[in-house]
Amino acid sequence: MAEFTLPKNSTLIKGNTYKASEAATNVRRFEVYRWDPETQENPRIDIYELDMDDCGPMVLDAILKIKNDIDTSLTFRRSCREGVCGSCAMNVNGKNTLVCTKAIDAYPDTIKIFPLPHMAVVKDLVPDMTHFYAQYASIKPWIETQTPAPSDTERLQSKEDREVLDGLYECVLCACCSTSCPSYWWNGERYLGPAVLLQAYRWLVDSRDENTGERLDELEDPFKLYRCHTIMNCTDTCPKGLNPAKAIAETKKLLVQRKLG
Amino acid sequence: MVKKNSRPISPHLQVYRLPLTGIISITHRMTGVMLSVGLIFFVYLLNVILAGSGSYLAMQDFMNHGFFKFMYWGFIYALLFHCCHGFRHLIWDTGKGFGRETLNQFAMIELLVSLMVTLIIFLFV
Repeated sequence: MAEFTLPKNSTLIKGNTYKASEAATNVRRFEVYRWDPETQENPRIDIYELDMDDCGPMVLDAILKIKNDIDTSLTFRRSCREGVCGSCAMNVNGKNTLVCTKAIDAYPDTIKIFPLPHMAVVKDLVPDMTHFYAQYASIKPWIETQTPAPSDTERLQSKEDREVLDGLYECVLCACCSTSCPSYWWNGERYLGPAVLLQAYRWLVDSRDENTGERLDELEDPFKLYRCHTIMNCTDTCPKGLNPAKAIAETKKLLVQRKLG
Repeated sequence: MVKKNSRPISPHLQVYRLPLTGIISITHRMTGVMLSVGLIFFVYLLNVILAGSGSYLAMQDFMNHGFFKFMYWGFIYALLFHCCHGFRHLIWDTGKGFGRETLNQFAMIELLVSLMVTLIIFLFV
């Protein structure tokens, strides 16, 4: 059920402040969510003042600078630093994004960095993605076939059939959309959430997949699919510019069309 | 050893900045609840009207009170806003109107239309 406030162990306390050096002239303030599983303390907000003349342009650069120069215990996920791995998804100034593709200058003032919303925190900016990945596995994200494979070629796809997957295949499963969705916050145990539903749709419309009927059977569920109330936070926040809400609407349409024959 | 389930939940409503579409979505839900409650009063008013001219006049005095005037104009606006966003949902259900760049435009249209129709009703009542 929906719990609008944070549980006792999750409320925020004041943290440490790390001032920039006196010589720095181009200073920006970063407020970062910290939680250390090895203490019994509540999560805290640490404040870091960084000299922008000695820092890369992206929010990830600032986070790396904090880790390299100020506090090596700061924990976060990152890998590709170009928006294709989906590791560095975080909540920055109230919106989820990949911090590697988000410029510091895109924000006017203080930059507030939190882990993806409404997730169990493993440490600092690292949320527990176990359930999210299990939900992804549950939609069988691979081609399923009934017919025998052609003997001399692979299962081919026309250019037009391939184009149907544009706007779907680009999803890197960063979970920005799912963790922006109030429905997923309140019903994430059973609601699949926008990211996984976009992936489900990606396999529904793949011309090579031959299990559309069973896939639709699986999705026809008041919680898995129909907790989507078209709030549109998912589409608003997607750092790859995709449209999970539309994919979900199309899935609902497929179910209606099937019923109508 | 650290207790495993002592993991905190990351802030959600506390930090998330809802986009206009998100604000409209929650307002749609809240107006839905308020309209349901308002409808009970509406039925009660019909009942009072049926009870004869004496009670009708008493009700009229009551409803001319500034606070109740505000309430029923609020009811009318909420009803129109709820209709506008309901209509938006019907369009969405056809798979149309999902363009990322048009989301806020549609939201503004909903707000303006519901305000304007309230104003039109106000001017002609």
